[in-house]
Amino acid sequence: MKHNVSSGTALAMPAGPRLSRLGINLASRYGIVVAFIVLCTFLSIANEFFLTWGNWTNIIRQTSINGMLAIGVTFVILTKGIDLSVGAVMALAGAVGASLAITANSHDIVVVILAACAVGAALGAVNGIAVSKLALPPFVVTLGMLSVARGITFIFTDGQPIPNLSKPLLWLGSGTLLGIPVPIVLLAVVFGICWFVLRHTVFGRHIYAVGGSERSAATSGIKVPRIITLAYVISGLLAGLAGLLLTARTTAALPQAGVSYELDAIAAVVIGGTSLSGGKGSLVGTLFGALIIGTINNGLDLMGVSSYYQQVIKGLIIVGAVLLDTSRRK
Amino acid sequence: MNHLLVEAEGVTKSFNGVPALHNGTFRLARGSVHALCGGNGAGKSTFLNILMGILQRDGGSVRVSGKEVDFCTPGEALAHRIAIITQELSPIPYMTVAENIYLGREPRIGGVMVDSRRMRADAAALLSRLKFAINPTAQMASLSLAEIQLVEIAKAFSYDADIVIMDEPTSAIGERETHILFDAIRSLTSQGAGVIYVSHRLEEIFEIADSYTVFRDGGFVETGSIENIDRAYLVQQIVGREIGEPTRASRAESGPVMLDVKSLSRAQQFENVSLQVASGEIVGIYGLMGSGRSEFLNSVYGIGPRDSGSVHMEGIELDAERPDKSIAAGMAMITEDRKESGLVLGASIRHNISLSALGRFSRNGVIRGSQERDHSKAMIERLHIRTASDNLAVSTMSGGNQQKVVIARCLSTNPRLLICDEPTRGIDEGAKQEIYALLEQFARNGGAVLVVSSEAPEILQLSDRIVIFKKGRVNQELPGHSANQASLLHAAC
Repeated sequence: MKHNVSSGTALAMPAGPRLSRLGINLASRYGIVVAFIVLCTFLSIANEFFLTWGNWTNIIRQTSINGMLAIGVTFVILTKGIDLSVGAVMALAGAVGASLAITANSHDIVVVILAACAVGAALGAVNGIAVSKLALPPFVVTLGMLSVARGITFIFTDGQPIPNLSKPLLWLGSGTLLGIPVPIVLLAVVFGICWFVLRHTVFGRHIYAVGGSERSAATSGIKVPRIITLAYVISGLLAGLAGLLLTARTTAALPQAGVSYELDAIAAVVIGGTSLSGGKGSLVGTLFGALIIGTINNGLDLMGVSSYYQQVIKGLIIVGAVLLDTSRRK
Repeated sequence: MNHLLVEAEGVTKSFNGVPALHNGTFRLARGSVHALCGGNGAGKSTFLNILMGILQRDGGSVRVSGKEVDFCTPGEALAHRIAIITQELSPIPYMTVAENIYLGREPRIGGVMVDSRRMRADAAALLSRLKFAINPTAQMASLSLAEIQLVEIAKAFSYDADIVIMDEPTSAIGERETHILFDAIRSLTSQGAGVIYVSHRLEEIFEIADSYTVFRDGGFVETGSIENIDRAYLVQQIVGREIGEPTRASRAESGPVMLDVKSLSRAQQFENVSLQVASGEIVGIYGLMGSGRSEFLNSVYGIGPRDSGSVHMEGIELDAERPDKSIAAGMAMITEDRKESGLVLGASIRHNISLSALGRFSRNGVIRGSQERDHSKAMIERLHIRTASDNLAVSTMSGGNQQKVVIARCLSTNPRLLICDEPTRGIDEGAKQEIYALLEQFARNGGAVLVVSSEAPEILQLSDRIVIFKKGRVNQELPGHSANQASLLHAAC
């Protein structure tokens, strides 16, 4: 359900090869893509290592965790909600997955993945039910869950890291599939599925409707509480998967893993053009939002900028990108 | 030229090269109520927006009280003593009535602090002068749509303006409040102010206006004295073609009972309401503001709660508050406020039309785009929805077209019962007649219609039977053909 930019008349499509039309379409709808290209151009001039294959694999691999979180959070924000608990859910799911990976048969990686996703989905369901049935504000519910999940993680791990992960689990973090790092493959698969669901399924359409107008969605026969709950379940599930990935990459489940990760996730969604007031946005935008954040992190690292300054610059770029996007939409 | 408050000549305005107004000509005399009439796309809103400083004209001239003007902001218009009651109500929900009325011009102590006591007193005096029974300290969010509109009216009156533009001021309020408003308008004009009155309710125009101007297709068509014309003539001028005198088409004998409501109750709203609607029948519900009609419809359909009673559709009992089951059982509902509970404004026309019936255009949960597109095109044609493309957001459409999109969505589930709450609110005459024809055809084809309206002529034209609501209870039932406006009002008050 793309928002039409101009005052009611259809965008005039220039005749020409499909690719250029697609490019113009993207640029006018996604100023974020333009921003990303500008950013990359600037960084590639500023640093000779930026455009290398190795560096780019680095960027995308590092983005994959935030990207996965952001994809899940997109569903929630589309329904006019927010999920502050994803960082904490990551940690708990990662810890549960890690503990299973030690005790279970080391080839049961599937069980480990399912367990992590299940933990995330369950926590997400709690969030969703609280928001949709108890009518509590999403901010408050997920803020509470952030604390609760973090606390449970510390209890579960006794405050200690869980090392000695099984080989299959480690492979998730640092292995490759057909030459591509596994996290990137996972991100691509998750993105592909979620993009399809949001764009082409009844469920996806219902998500947009609920976010656009809850009451109109109810009048149209949409089971609003169910849709809202499912959005949080998806966010939790993907946070669980991302948590397992983080555990694999850091080769141990840390109880303090994922702290503040929700902020980068939400930033990616917002930069990508999804409106915090619901009903408007897309996963392509979210992906580019995550890429921009990852690129900024990477670029500033390459230029040797101290991490303190990096934070300031990142914040300014985030606000700048959203400003550009909203003023262009008006 | 002193007796002319507003003198506009040949005003033009285009958007992106498309002319919306090509000949805006209008004269408002002192002490008169002048109706500005016209249908969708006639250019009325554009003209008024220019007068009000929201838009700037491309060409032509506008004189206010003899002086040539070209407003850039609404503030300038206000400074020239032009006030407006907008069609779109946008109150600040968590502020009080008094705060909303005096927003931006609050009385102050020492130039810095807001004098809340004085503001409250002023608001109370204003509301009592207008005879509106509203508490100035009430929060806007707690008011009904009708009360919000009354506050908007009070706000316009508080400006003590020379020229007051009223755009559909009675769309949400009931008959009693409308008459109070008309009294206030008369006292306003007797003091020399001029009122530009825009309304699709023609009986109101004939009651309150002295003169009229008709716009059609972006330009001036005609102006004159109301006393020299009649309703049929005005309709013809607005629509531009002969409209047959609206008569109720004879309908086939009504069939078996479709909707059976037994003793439905909801605390504080309505009590012990029973009614039936048969196939082929149009049942109208008439009642004053606050009589519980909308709450009743919402409970029947399932978007509002109920405390006791039952609703049966073709013999099957329906669960409370399950609109999805109501739709599956063959119901569809046009709610009172399309912007709030009928449409997803940010979504496209096509997506809005298919929203209730996505199951029809999908397989295993995956939407089949081509089926959806075909259906959308078919609906747009069938209902004569005017739009350049079905991919535009519904927020860009006029009220009449938006309502047609709602109807299209409702019809997409192939319902057998249509529940309509004020189906022609804020819609021009042409679209109104189209909607009446649609409802009548629906009934002729065996469907059942339950319609609530506060417009007596509308209820009288449409209904086979009229049920009168009064203070949450069914007061009386009148057969449609023998009722008239007087008997309706009598039973409802």
